[in-house]
Amino acid sequence: MKERENEAVIKIADLSFAYPSRDYVFKKFNFNFYKGERIGLVGPNGSGKTTLFHLIMGLLNPSEGKIEIFRKERKVENDFVKVRERIGLVFQDPDDQLFSPTVAEDIAFGPLNLRKNQQETKKILKETLEILGLSGFEDRITYNLSYGEKRLVSLATVWAMQPEILLLDEPTIWLDEETIEKIVQILNSYPHLSYIIISHDKKFLKETTNCIYLMDNGKIKKK
Amino acid sequence: MIKEKFSEGDSIFHRLDPRVKIIIALFFSVIVAVTDKYTSLSGGLFFAVGAVAVARLRTKEIISRLLVVNSFIFLLWLMLPFTFPGKNIYTLDSLSISQEGIKYALLITIKSNSIILAGIALLSTSSIFNLVHALRHLHFPDKLTQLFFFTYRYTQTIHSEYIRLNNAIKIRGFKAQTNFHTYRTYAYLVGMMLVRSYDRSKRVYNAMLCRGFKGKFWTLNHFVFKKSDLVTGTIMISGIIGLVLLP
Repeated sequence: MKERENEAVIKIADLSFAYPSRDYVFKKFNFNFYKGERIGLVGPNGSGKTTLFHLIMGLLNPSEGKIEIFRKERKVENDFVKVRERIGLVFQDPDDQLFSPTVAEDIAFGPLNLRKNQQETKKILKETLEILGLSGFEDRITYNLSYGEKRLVSLATVWAMQPEILLLDEPTIWLDEETIEKIVQILNSYPHLSYIIISHDKKFLKETTNCIYLMDNGKIKKK
Repeated sequence: MIKEKFSEGDSIFHRLDPRVKIIIALFFSVIVAVTDKYTSLSGGLFFAVGAVAVARLRTKEIISRLLVVNSFIFLLWLMLPFTFPGKNIYTLDSLSISQEGIKYALLITIKSNSIILAGIALLSTSSIFNLVHALRHLHFPDKLTQLFFFTYRYTQTIHSEYIRLNNAIKIRGFKAQTNFHTYRTYAYLVGMMLVRSYDRSKRVYNAMLCRGFKGKFWTLNHFVFKKSDLVTGTIMISGIIGLVLLP
């Protein structure tokens, strides 16, 4: 057990966090995530699921505790810059994620930030669109896409960065069964991909994850 | 969504390399701004109107944009003729109108209209994104380029929040009237709009950080400098130099 703990790629120890003038979301919170795990995260609204994702990505800062990612303690903004290159977070609302005029430019944004060159980026772009069944969408205007298409493009923008770990925040919410099935297939065709999925969709979690964690009252436990 | 109406089209200017366009527009603006010769200025105005004609844009739209600019210039006409010291040509009660004042106001009117028209013909025929890319390629400071891009991007965000909120009050039977309820509703709308846009912009920025944004925009499509760009650019720059040389 001790040995396995050392392998944890995300290690959160004794973490406390509260939003200004509100009660603690986490108090002495502990959580470990191992490479290759595919876990589902459930829990009531406001139990801190999204907050946990934002803490892992360094968008929020804990008041106490330790966050260790890829075997290095992450404290300041600069530490998380490296984290963001290897962990991909897909936001709940695609309108928060998409900001470029065209699908191609939005998807290319991540790879270009990773300093991939022109050819590599275009190759990644093509592959990503193919994998997500979005071929032909390159020049579509992001704000003219349907909601389901926006969700898939949001996933594509993060997928294009080829992250080692994916954090998906309610990836199926408001999607039709067909699109959900598509996401299930995509995730299952990459058995070596690790991810954490926040979802209330029990069927979806059953098809894509191999263990479920329940979050409640600032505590997390295996179900 | 705020549309970049003029950016869609197929004229010479739409096809011209945005970098060339920025250089020409900048050069033209500086020349027109510093010249005080009426021949050069009328030549400049002619040049600008000609450019708009070549860009084949909708006249109605252009006039409505010019009206906005000229409403500010109108304020100058209210002030300058009465306050600028010079030869008195007409006396209105205790107010005297000076010839120099009128000349000065006229200069400003011609200059600003020329620059705006040239800007419409040259700059608004490119999409904002292309302009941002072009500025980057011209080694414009990163901070200023980003400021330009984000101003545009978040004006959009505020605008779309406005539409969303406006729809929300409309579907509940709101009608604007002259009463306290209306004022309060609008005050809430503006307040909510700003708060929500601020939040959204923060979320968008966070999403950008998550995708490895480190303060620099990298471009996917590079511009290709064509021979026709060189030719058009040279002709226009020589034309502008010609304006200065007018007697």
